[in-house]
Amino acid sequence: MSTGAILMMLFAMLVLWGGLGLAIYNLTRRSKAPEEHYYRDL
Amino acid sequence: MTADAGSATEDGARRGAFSSRKVFILAAIGSAVGLGNIWRFPYVAYENGGGAFILPYIVALITAGLPFLLMDYALGHRNRGSAPLSFARADRRIESVGWWQVGICFMIAVYYAAVIAWALQYTLFSVDKSWGDDPESFLFGDFLQAGDPGVSASVVMGVLVPLAVVWVAVLIIMALGVQKGIGATAVVFIPLLILAFTVLVVRSLFLPGAAQGLDALFSPNWSALTQTSVWAAAFGQIFFSLSVGFGIMVTYASYVAKRTDMTGSGLVVGLSNSGFELLAGIGVFAALGFMAQASGLAVDEVASEGLGLAFVAFPTIINEAPAGALIGVLFFGSLVFAGLTSLVSVIEVVISAVRDKFELTRLSATLIVGVPAAGISLIFFSTTSGVYVLDIVDHFINRFGILAAAVASMIVLAWVARAIPGLARHMNLYGSIRLGRWWIVLVSVITPLLLGFVLVREFIEDAQTPYGDYPAWMLGVFGWGSAVAVVLIAFVVARIPWRPNTPLEAPPEPAPLGEEPRS
Repeated sequence: MSTGAILMMLFAMLVLWGGLGLAIYNLTRRSKAPEEHYYRDL
Repeated sequence: MTADAGSATEDGARRGAFSSRKVFILAAIGSAVGLGNIWRFPYVAYENGGGAFILPYIVALITAGLPFLLMDYALGHRNRGSAPLSFARADRRIESVGWWQVGICFMIAVYYAAVIAWALQYTLFSVDKSWGDDPESFLFGDFLQAGDPGVSASVVMGVLVPLAVVWVAVLIIMALGVQKGIGATAVVFIPLLILAFTVLVVRSLFLPGAAQGLDALFSPNWSALTQTSVWAAAFGQIFFSLSVGFGIMVTYASYVAKRTDMTGSGLVVGLSNSGFELLAGIGVFAALGFMAQASGLAVDEVASEGLGLAFVAFPTIINEAPAGALIGVLFFGSLVFAGLTSLVSVIEVVISAVRDKFELTRLSATLIVGVPAAGISLIFFSTTSGVYVLDIVDHFINRFGILAAAVASMIVLAWVARAIPGLARHMNLYGSIRLGRWWIVLVSVITPLLLGFVLVREFIEDAQTPYGDYPAWMLGVFGWGSAVAVVLIAFVVARIPWRPNTPLEAPPEPAPLGEEPRS
């Protein structure tokens, strides 16, 4: 693989997978909303 | 239990609901991650600048995809209803936009099931490589038995049986309800999909020629960034892959507890979808690199998308690769998992709308919607002309159904109902990411303009060059005809009055954080 291809692949991984990791961290650690478990299905 | 929780429980018991935020997120990922992530994104990226495409893709995700996703969530979560009910509660005059989305979902469901049926059959074919040495002839000749374009009543049993199996499975899932059916399916299928596809990617990366394929995918062509077509492709890809603008996310958000961090959840769903696309790109192009090397061709000579990639290129790879049967089962199994969770979400839009409008039980609504959908699907797509009808309907409903309805939904919410600032306030009650003026400007002005540009571009292209080599009457009936029919039907259904027990006012907002009433 060329250097440019490797760099762009790493960039895409960093932004998309790293962003997903941060989003999950944000949701589990920083979320203000309580987890509610009271719904029932029909 | 608080008063809010009490009313929410009542609402959940009546309409059905997800048992937790996690189930909702998995179901939403299941809807967003579909066949397009696997067979469309890699080729679109490759064709539009390779590694350089990542930049417009990320810009499109941030400026259009995520803001639109959050708007859909806000509408359904605030108004606690299916797409038509949520639009009606935002403003009675715009209910028909919700029905337009419902009609689009019905159309998609009837043909999408057929592709899942093909993938299901190909999962079995993979075991003994039933397609032989010429997968293309096998697909169109032996398997689909496709004749000349037109409409045929000649049934293909090899398609009819798996298609019937898909519909039976979907109807059972839908009848089981939001949590026990849709939620449980996502909880099982999404981890399975990620596991199967990860194993596939790892296997593909160890094939000879994989690096050649990845080089083709990621080598940046910076000059592509000066072309408007590349930016339009990025916005189109983000838009089509996120399942926004046709009622799914509105419907799913209405099944989530009122005090839920919807902005944080939306970010996870949006990035999961894009993260999976990247994984798919790596797996698909590693495999194509192997195929190119094995056949002594360049990657650009073997790169393809859609049906050609899945049902011609991959069988060729499976024929050549060591442990090819494993690759086949993982690849087609992934298509089945990804397709089923998306199909379930599409048909739920219709079932939920019918339930809300006519106050039906889940079982009744499932049968009223599901049986005709399955019937139409079996009649049109299990015949020797099924692949042609499917190709036309898919092309036109995507562009002049989903895309047009999406642009319309943003415009009417922003400029007719003037609902966007209120939706932002609602999302900020429990959201971990604050939606400020930037979001209002994006969904009211910027995103409709960008998607409107893509829509106009597509329209001009189809008006100037008729799609495919199909007869004009087929394009007229199944293409333009189906796209126009859903609009007309939407206006008619929106005229039917709601039942007396269905209030058209938005339910009260939950108390802000820290001010929850105590029981």
